[in-house]
Amino acid sequence: MTVGVMNNGKIRRRPAWASPLIFGVIVIAVAVFSFMKNPSVTEAVMSAMIRFAVPLMLGALCGIYCERAGIVNIGIEGQMLLSAFTAYMTNVWTGNLILALLAGALTGALLGYFLAVISIKLKLNQIIGGTVINILAIGITGFFYQVGMTTKGKFGPIRLGPLAKIPLVGPVLFNNPPITYIAFLMVIISHIIFFHTRWGLRTRAVGEHPRAADTLGIDVFKTRYLNTIIGGALAGLAGAFLTLEGVGTFERNMTNGRGFIALAVMIFGKWNPIGSALAALLFGLANALQTQLQFMGINIPHQFIGMIPYALTIVVVSGFIGRSRPPAAEGTPYEKE
Amino acid sequence: MKTTTDTPVLETKDITKTFPGTLANSKVSIRLEQGEVLALLGENGAGKTTLMNIIYGLYDQDSGEIFLNGEPYNIRNPHDAIAAGIGMVHQHFMLVPVFTVLENIMLGAEVMKGPFLNKTQARQEILELSNRYGLEVDPDAVVEDLPVGIQQRVEILKALFRDVKILILDEPTAVLTPQEIQELFQIMRHLTESGVSIVFITHKLKEVLEIADRIVIMRRGEVVGEANPRQVSEHDLANLMVGREVSLVVDKSEAAPKGVQFEVKDLVVKDPMKGLAVNHVSFAVRAGEVLGIAGVQGNGQTELAEAMTGLRKHEGGTVWISGMETPQANPRALVEHGMAHIPEDRHKHGLILQYPLTDNFVLCTYYKEPYSKHGVRNKKAILTTAEELIKRFDVRTPSAFISAGDLSGGNQQKVIVARELSRDVSVVIANQPTRGLDVGSIEYIHKTLIRLRDEGAAVLVISSELDEIMSLSDRIAVMYRGEIVDVVDAKQTTREELGLLMAGSKS
Ligand SMILES: Nc1ncnc2c1ncn2[C@@H]1O[C@H](COP(=O)(O)OP(=O)(O)O)[C@@H](O)[C@H]1O
Ligand SMILES: [Mg+2]
Repeated sequence: MTVGVMNNGKIRRRPAWASPLIFGVIVIAVAVFSFMKNPSVTEAVMSAMIRFAVPLMLGALCGIYCERAGIVNIGIEGQMLLSAFTAYMTNVWTGNLILALLAGALTGALLGYFLAVISIKLKLNQIIGGTVINILAIGITGFFYQVGMTTKGKFGPIRLGPLAKIPLVGPVLFNNPPITYIAFLMVIISHIIFFHTRWGLRTRAVGEHPRAADTLGIDVFKTRYLNTIIGGALAGLAGAFLTLEGVGTFERNMTNGRGFIALAVMIFGKWNPIGSALAALLFGLANALQTQLQFMGINIPHQFIGMIPYALTIVVVSGFIGRSRPPAAEGTPYEKE
Repeated sequence: MKTTTDTPVLETKDITKTFPGTLANSKVSIRLEQGEVLALLGENGAGKTTLMNIIYGLYDQDSGEIFLNGEPYNIRNPHDAIAAGIGMVHQHFMLVPVFTVLENIMLGAEVMKGPFLNKTQARQEILELSNRYGLEVDPDAVVEDLPVGIQQRVEILKALFRDVKILILDEPTAVLTPQEIQELFQIMRHLTESGVSIVFITHKLKEVLEIADRIVIMRRGEVVGEANPRQVSEHDLANLMVGREVSLVVDKSEAAPKGVQFEVKDLVVKDPMKGLAVNHVSFAVRAGEVLGIAGVQGNGQTELAEAMTGLRKHEGGTVWISGMETPQANPRALVEHGMAHIPEDRHKHGLILQYPLTDNFVLCTYYKEPYSKHGVRNKKAILTTAEELIKRFDVRTPSAFISAGDLSGGNQQKVIVARELSRDVSVVIANQPTRGLDVGSIEYIHKTLIRLRDEGAAVLVISSELDEIMSLSDRIAVMYRGEIVDVVDAKQTTREELGLLMAGSKS
């Protein structure tokens, strides 16, 4: 196809993070304005936004690693839930939070490996593979979880020295528990990996056109395995966040659809780590506002605010604000000839 | 390392490869000398690509050996081939569409600075290479925005970037205009002068005679001959390639066109991704003439054909048959107006592969008498018709109940031709009617199209094979970037003129 909307011989392209960024700027403007009116409420809303956003961010990163390599992962929800459980149980048994965190990440990684085997080695339907993970997680956690277990505590916030003293920004961004910092760090690291390293270039090639990658001597299977496992570990971190940092305890089905929302976040962010992080913050903000409005008894139905990110996702997916295009080879097993 | 001057850089000995049901390569031995262009000539399905994929490590041979500079070399995967200095430009390009030229070229051979990609240096190296060999590209352009001719340059650059000694070009000219083919030949000469040895695969005779130093001819998986381009004629090569006497020209009498029978007025088709795929196209075909639509693949021909045949909605314009306007996107109405359609993609739009031939023969008429009465199918009538068509159109099949998917490409195409052209039709739209077929089937389909013309149908042939267009058409319209650039008289035009038009320049 050579027909195109040309502009001096080049087609104009919008970077993936453009639309989330526009919303981001608006959000910041509103936040600064409301901070001047009511600092304590604004701070609370912003902190809640981060709390809501972190698991979505990590979940979306999981989706990005898998899908950029060509594996559809709709099992993020299950990966989070089971990891939340193992992290919690490790915390109950050992009382060692670091160990608990590692247990969560490892559980996610193992489930990632499981998905990889299903979709790469057995070449089964990837949607079914993800669904199996989701059902498995609900079943296992439901069966083994007992009410009434106690832990010695959860991760507390770590103040980042003078940074934490900046008004509004300090308490919101630089006074958080460790997994939150890890999440933000992983967003930046992932961006660098995908767009500035050999591994990232090859991963994207494998997700777009595996045969082309193969003809250049790139090991498609290995690339897919490793990315799916890394993705799983990130979903595991999201699960660990829920039990070790957010809620502090385990509840049945406590992920409550976050794994699926993470997929929407990933699409909104156009399979781009920074774009998805901004999208996660937007979803987080909507959630935080929803809660805040209920507190304040304001007369807009809170569901309306809660709905906004989903409506925006639909707008993004339907292509009004630049097209959101998934990796071309996602979901299809690669067959060597 | 070259030991003696007569050690070939690449040699295959008795390579055999079978796919389920097909002997794709049977004891194939070829040799490639240092700095030469070896043409591998053969019809579609002769096994050329299979052999090259074995050399490039994409397939494993069942038996046989490969030698590089006289030493046996075990190539297990493309990685080994690249390490040995072998590069391949595949028939279907192996480019990541959403990547930039730079990313595509350095993929797998990344230039690094510590743990990070060094795009600056890679860009510099690419620009140097492209200057040295006259392969002009913009390293930062996104590949899917580039015309195929440029994409091919990217593929060649990809190989050069890896320092190839042996370059395999698999049907590189299929997607090029005549002028672009000349440019490619120049690049190839440049490469051989700097010591690269080239295997050039094609099924086009003219090209072989022009560029090759030596010609190896393959047929049905075997090497059937070797020729010196200075000593053979096109005719000799064609006979060797096909294995029997063939006529290269379509036998046809002067056209006797009457009134306009098919007309397209101001047709516009939008493409969701790319803007106007068909940009205000108008033309008319008279009864009793063949209008050919020439053009490099991907200039809107597919969209034009789909819109005209009702497979796709169009955003503006009208389609007329025998002076009557036809409704949009309604294939059945068009069929009932007397349109026959030989689609470009015979698997997707021409046949239902899982259905037996019997049902495929009545796909346009199954609901009519005698094939259906009061909504009940009459299998006997269907079978009678099927058997008659199989005989008349020489479809090679063991029975009429075989699934269409089990026939060879040539026979599948004959089933479509039989179904479409045995009806009472006034307009024929044939899109790439002979792509991928053997010479015998091509001859047959060409003859049938001319017969329909002589019986008074308006025939529209869309093809990116210039030879096909030139030998079939009475008038030729050239399509470029969604527009008809010009319509010329087939008897007076030349390849050069058409080539220029196909590249968008109107004389
Ligand atoms: N991957 C494959 N699986 C099965 N059959 C194949 C495959 N590749 C090629 N073939 C068959 O092998 C024969 C030779 O094909 P190919 O090497 O592509 O021919 P050419 O390149 O000369 O047109 C054909 O009959 C083709 O159908
Ligand atoms: Mg081929």
